[in-house]
Amino acid sequence: MMGINIYLALIAIATLLSMYRVFRGPTTVDRLVAVDIMTTITVGLMVLFSLYYKRAIFLDVALVYAILSFAGVIAFARYLEGGL
Amino acid sequence: MSVLAWIGEFLVLFGTIFYFLSTLGLIRMPDVYNRMQTATKSATLGSLGVIVGTGLWAVGKGLSIAWLTKAIVIGVFLLLTNPISAHALIRGAYKSGIPLWEGSVVDKYREHLEKKASEKKEVEEGEE
Repeated sequence: MMGINIYLALIAIATLLSMYRVFRGPTTVDRLVAVDIMTTITVGLMVLFSLYYKRAIFLDVALVYAILSFAGVIAFARYLEGGL
Repeated sequence: MSVLAWIGEFLVLFGTIFYFLSTLGLIRMPDVYNRMQTATKSATLGSLGVIVGTGLWAVGKGLSIAWLTKAIVIGVFLLLTNPISAHALIRGAYKSGIPLWEGSVVDKYREHLEKKASEKKEVEEGEE
């Protein structure tokens, strides 16, 4: 089939599109939503990189990154509610 | 290439197309609530496709089975935590006072809050 470079390019285009919303977004929550989607996409990108370079250690990096981004988004949501 | 690698590659293609469509919705939709609605669901589905597909593809290419197990662990974690973070974020947006789009017709959360407030008022009047 098409090879892994095509998929990496599609993920790069998706990241650029969400980057547009980060710079443009009228409110703070718009930017936070875009950053949340970007972290989700980055986890998938790291898993693909682990296959591209054939290193299993990237999978552990992706798991830790997913946990940290979840904690970060929850902290920002608490701050927006006024509870932090 | 074995059959497992073909299935994995097809799942990765499916997931990347869903990533692209979700970020397209992030640009096209009119307000925060619609953007979150269209972006979070399809990004979660795309992540599942990419991650599980990469695990299957790696096993099909002759790499170790650790790829598949670790990929499934990451996928289950994302499937559990992504809706929670989206819910918390949009609740914070509503409570910090961001208005709905003018074309929106249903606001169930405000109805719920008003109903709760009126019930509380009735209880207080009954006590007097």
